[in-house]
Amino acid sequence: MAPVATPFFFYLFAAIMLIGGILVITQKNAVHSALALIVLLLAQASIYLMLYAPFVAGAQIILYAGGIMVLFLFVIMLVSIERSMKERQFNSQWLVGIVAATALGGLFIAVYLKGKNIFPDHVLPVVENDNTQKVATLLYGQYMFAFEIASLLLLVAIIGAVVMAKKRI
Amino acid sequence: MESMLHITTLHYLVLGAALFLLGVIGVLTRRNVVIVLMSIELILNAVNLNLVAFSRIWGPVNGQVFAIFIITDAAAEAAVGLGILIAFFRNKETVNIDEVNLLKW
Repeated sequence: MAPVATPFFFYLFAAIMLIGGILVITQKNAVHSALALIVLLLAQASIYLMLYAPFVAGAQIILYAGGIMVLFLFVIMLVSIERSMKERQFNSQWLVGIVAATALGGLFIAVYLKGKNIFPDHVLPVVENDNTQKVATLLYGQYMFAFEIASLLLLVAIIGAVVMAKKRI
Repeated sequence: MESMLHITTLHYLVLGAALFLLGVIGVLTRRNVVIVLMSIELILNAVNLNLVAFSRIWGPVNGQVFAIFIITDAAAEAAVGLGILIAFFRNKETVNIDEVNLLKW
């Protein structure tokens, strides 16, 4: 299936992601930041679909927007936000932070201006009928060890989170 | 203007770099711990976008598998980080990073 109106969709989702990102880092209310991040994650899942990666898009929606952000919202509800909304929002070294981020941005611009002809110009459209099969072949074949380590990491994270949040150990 | 209408890999990389920059600004300038953690998630998403964009050029989907591992790792890290935040909030009743100064000389 040939892609239709790719520039329109790319710029639309890129604009949603950038506006969502700016809202995440500037909102006073933490719940507003979490909702902006959810919108950003959903727009990013759409960009993954444009990049012919439907499995990663599904994993992003289910795990990131549906799991991690719900966890964030639970914790935001637990800690009191009314008092933190009345205080200063940006810390005392914000100017140094902006200078460092500007330096990083200048580095990105320099790298991307210098190396913009490396990538091939026209990429053939990829069929995505067997994307999940290809991901599964790699995940359970070549990266089997990393897969088991990731499950061990999740077990450790569960135990760690429960121990950290308990009232009495 | 024609070069902006044809979406190449560089467009996705620049978008990823912009998100990374927004996440770095959020980590460095905000006082609320929860928003700092959300900016870290923003950084991880920018890296994911780069990986998936690169795996689009070449045939094999190694970049997408790496992106799935990063999503898994972000989940574990968010869980432990929020557990630490809850433990910290129980002690000091505040969510400002400036108050985490017990080890300050």
